[in-house]
Amino acid sequence: MKLMWFHLMPYTELPEDFNKKHPSVWVDIHSSLFDPRRAHHMYNDFMDELEYAAEVGFDAICVNEHHSNGYGLMPSPNLIASSLARRTTDTALCVMGNSLALYNPPTRVAEEFAMIDCISGGRLIAGFPVGSPMDTCYAYGQNPSLLRERYLEAHDLVKKAWTEKDTFAFSGRFNQQRYVNIWPRPIQNEPHPPIWIPGGGSVETWRWCAEMDYVYCYLSYYGYKAGLATMNGFWNEMEKLGKDRNPYRAGFLQFVGVAESRQQALDLYTEPAEYFYGRCLHVDARFALPPGYTTEATQRAGIEGMMTKAANLANPATKAALKATNMKDIVDGGYVIVGSPDEVVEQIRHVATSLNVGHLMLLLQYGNMSKDTTKYNTRLFAEKVMPRVKDLFGDWEDKWWPKPMARGQRAAVPSYRASVAAE
Amino acid sequence: MSELKTTTVEVNGFPCRVWTKGSGPTLGFLAGLGGLPRWLPFLDELARTRTVIVPSLPGYPGGATGHSVLDTHLDWVLAVRQLLDKAGLAGADLFGASVGGAFAAEMAAIFPGQVRRLALLAPFGLFDEREPATDPWAQRRDAVAGLMCADPAKWEALVAPPDGANSVEWPIEMVRAAEAAARAFWPLGNTKLEKRLALIAAPTLLLWGDKDRVLPASYAAKFAAGIKGARIETVPGAGHLAYLDRPEAVAGAVLAHFQPG
Repeated sequence: MKLMWFHLMPYTELPEDFNKKHPSVWVDIHSSLFDPRRAHHMYNDFMDELEYAAEVGFDAICVNEHHSNGYGLMPSPNLIASSLARRTTDTALCVMGNSLALYNPPTRVAEEFAMIDCISGGRLIAGFPVGSPMDTCYAYGQNPSLLRERYLEAHDLVKKAWTEKDTFAFSGRFNQQRYVNIWPRPIQNEPHPPIWIPGGGSVETWRWCAEMDYVYCYLSYYGYKAGLATMNGFWNEMEKLGKDRNPYRAGFLQFVGVAESRQQALDLYTEPAEYFYGRCLHVDARFALPPGYTTEATQRAGIEGMMTKAANLANPATKAALKATNMKDIVDGGYVIVGSPDEVVEQIRHVATSLNVGHLMLLLQYGNMSKDTTKYNTRLFAEKVMPRVKDLFGDWEDKWWPKPMARGQRAAVPSYRASVAAE
Repeated sequence: MSELKTTTVEVNGFPCRVWTKGSGPTLGFLAGLGGLPRWLPFLDELARTRTVIVPSLPGYPGGATGHSVLDTHLDWVLAVRQLLDKAGLAGADLFGASVGGAFAAEMAAIFPGQVRRLALLAPFGLFDEREPATDPWAQRRDAVAGLMCADPAKWEALVAPPDGANSVEWPIEMVRAAEAAARAFWPLGNTKLEKRLALIAAPTLLLWGDKDRVLPASYAAKFAAGIKGARIETVPGAGHLAYLDRPEAVAGAVLAHFQPG
């Protein structure tokens, strides 16, 4: 299986009384809480952590896009990815991803992703999220009733920009461009970089991923217990559509804290986990459900209960019911897996096999976790857990992984200091 | 007074419900946020002396999913024009409220022969950064009723499922009405209507609830400044959807303004 290291880049110094004094971590979070000089250190720490994860052997490092968000400091994940392309050699770069409807024209995504693919020698995984309501409809002012239509059209445009050899005109409902002809072009051109779709639990998304042959990723903060129903729904739908159970069709996000013993793990990770589930997920309910964001089919499924278990988990209103903010509930709920290496190995194997997920995206930094603790968690996972779970799904081929240039053909990256890894 | 008659017209291939009641000269009504999931006492007030014709805008209750093919403001304006023509409202008096008010104003501005006399209740269409309108689409569920009406119970009564309503489809229709409004007016309610106000030649009455928590009262003055000869009347004790809070007062003011001669 593939083990991928994901960073959300949370602002680590929200005050203790944040939830009492501020209505939301997202959209209208107050600028007085942001200290750019502290953010300088946060960004540099976070990028060190991503580079460290590459050095210790994770298959990919992952970044994502959020706007006006106190737990996600990457309005442009592409900026981070381009730096990572210069500071890593073989690790896949997973940008999870660019919210297509927010780019005008969306051709911009085709261009920037092609740049990252060229700079990195073909290591890009291209993620195309619709984007959360807070990011797209509120922070970026996109119309919730048009968002999905714009997203789908932008997807068509980006894909055509990557694959069409000649300059072409694009005449869409929302995008009109007379001359589409991107320079640069992606290295991964047979036919294009792997496309992964982070989504909620809607049947429409599952069907679309199957039809397009894309990886479906369920990026929930609520762990494998809550994710089981969604992934079961996904695999049932794949079976109905006649698709195989190749676990590499899917990706899943899981928080982990590993230490020498379970008690030590609780000592180390309780504060950052409670910071994340308390302060970082303190989102004002008025930004949860702009009308039109949830399709009528998904509303219907939720109300009728046919797909309730699956679809409701995509519904922020239901998520509110899952709002554990103390470590006991966080661990009992499976949001964060904690324990000794043996215990974590057992749980990771259980998560991967029960959800049938070949791409496991791990959050080993969360909340206000320090750089030292993050590196400890990352190193211990790489040394003591990874070797004992890598064997899973060895019979399946990962057809959705980047296909970079051969190592010997790639540019040497002089600024990369491999020696650091040994320290 | 004739009985309530329900018919359907097609706009862009989608059905739109048209209610007709009363006798006398024709009067059209375009409803505000939430649309008309049920017949209102307010409409009976109008139907005492006039033939009231109430078409449902695409996406609003009775308007199916016709909003789904309307991508631009021009699409919306042309859909409303077709709706009024097919409902038999060409050249009639027109009363529009809230989101419906913005479209009524567009009709009078862009198609001057389409509207005889115009009445607007707290219409959408403008936005002032110095005095921002409330965002009706970023509200906690329990705050909506108090935002729409001075008496929250009036809004609750509008959207409550009637006996025998389909328990799955009713809430979806209520969300759809909010989506249709958002589709036309997201994110600020600003359709740049200001540029077209000077084109309105129909005698215009501007009504505003003095407890409107969505659109500040100063917006009435902005409309009045743009529409030649427009007159402002305040509806005491009424919120944004004043026809729910004070049906008699609103109907009385509208009927007086539409009095022939």
